[in-house]
Amino acid sequence: MIRFMLAIIRRDLLLVARQPAEMINPLVFFVLVIALFPLGISPEASLLSQTAAGVIWVAAMLATLLSLELLFKLDHDDGSLEQLLLAPYPCWSLVLAKVFVHWLVSGLPLILISPLIATMLFLPSHAVPALMLSLLIGTPTLSLLGAIGAALVTGVRGGGMLLTLLILPLYVPVIIFGASSVAAAAQGMPIDGYMALLAAMFVFALMITPWAAGSALKL
Amino acid sequence: MTQSIWRMPRWFHQMGSPKWFYDFGGILQPWFAVAALVLLTWGAVWGLAFAPADYQQGNSFRIMYVHVPAAILSQSIFLGMAVAGAIGLVWKMKVAFMVARSCIAIGATFTALALLTGAIWGKPTWGAYWVWDARLTSTLVLFFLYAGVMALNQAISERQTAGKATAILAIVGTINIPIIKYSVEWWNTLHQSSSFTLTEKPSMPADMYLPLLLTVLGSYCLFALVVLIRTRAQILQTQSGASWLVQHRDITGA
Repeated sequence: MIRFMLAIIRRDLLLVARQPAEMINPLVFFVLVIALFPLGISPEASLLSQTAAGVIWVAAMLATLLSLELLFKLDHDDGSLEQLLLAPYPCWSLVLAKVFVHWLVSGLPLILISPLIATMLFLPSHAVPALMLSLLIGTPTLSLLGAIGAALVTGVRGGGMLLTLLILPLYVPVIIFGASSVAAAAQGMPIDGYMALLAAMFVFALMITPWAAGSALKL
Repeated sequence: MTQSIWRMPRWFHQMGSPKWFYDFGGILQPWFAVAALVLLTWGAVWGLAFAPADYQQGNSFRIMYVHVPAAILSQSIFLGMAVAGAIGLVWKMKVAFMVARSCIAIGATFTALALLTGAIWGKPTWGAYWVWDARLTSTLVLFFLYAGVMALNQAISERQTAGKATAILAIVGTINIPIIKYSVEWWNTLHQSSSFTLTEKPSMPADMYLPLLLTVLGSYCLFALVVLIRTRAQILQTQSGASWLVQHRDITGA
């Protein structure tokens, strides 16, 4: 089964490598959204640094949502999803492999570019490690939860909007704790509690979502 | 082999039969209607007009008799919807999916009612229509979950698949219910903690919480009534060609 998962990971990475736009677009979207906030609200450093934590987290969530729709859609459209589901391996392993690639392609670049973003929004530099850690724990959770939504709307017309509607209520706790942890770090307060809760949410999502998304795919 | 702890009693499988559910539901329906009418009227009149005024809040607390039943029902209905969906998925019962589908609209209505009456109550009591504390935010999330379930149900055209997809979504969304319920204990919230629980004596005097009990029970009866009507309507819609329905006295008028 590990070889099955590795094969899927390799295949999906190959597909992304052939179309680098899939990887670049969410990243550019992330940076653009971040750039819009100072333009739309106020370029004042004091105001931006207070809201930076939340803005970065909301932008990360939106960027993840953007790339989620394609998670299963491309495979569904050309029929390979059906064949993969027929394979003698549990459905959740397929989901887990695909979510891992999705995170590598959309979540990891966000984490790597976040120090630059933090500078743009005047987030204090001592909060940047907390930002990166919260994104490191949080973005896989977002990918996992998003997989459920993507699986449910596979093959449904107008699925993109519906996906957003379905997933956002589930994202709310992750965003709340992610943004609060960075805001707390910016004020110099300890972040252990927030990180522990984020990690708990990640583990919970890891346990439940592959199974739930697998059942949804089989519908 | 056949004797296992998971063998369900006969009535469980009987409820899964559309004909049986339709007929039994038809017998129960008027009783729930009467019960809902009596309990809700009695509770509402007693609570809104005759219960003693609160020493702190005066008469504005009376909206509790609308707000609390709506809030309790909004959470119970989501749980009920998830349970019905789970039964449908495990035992592959069409009727269970129909019941789950019937719960969506009424649950969303109760949630909206709870949020609105809460805002109206909040203004004189806290000075604000809305605060982003844990309980209000998680109840708002519950409303969005209902909206998501409703949207997913309408988006999938094939009925059976729609039932299964909404069941999965409802089960996943159930994680929000303990968050709402225990939010007042886990976080420092503005919202007060529970006025009564199942196990302890309530802290309110009897002539304040009895009307509340009546309105809560009445709301449950109203919910049961609505679910019965809607599920029986779905049975009529989907089983319209079935032989038992064609000869049924509701159709032939005999």
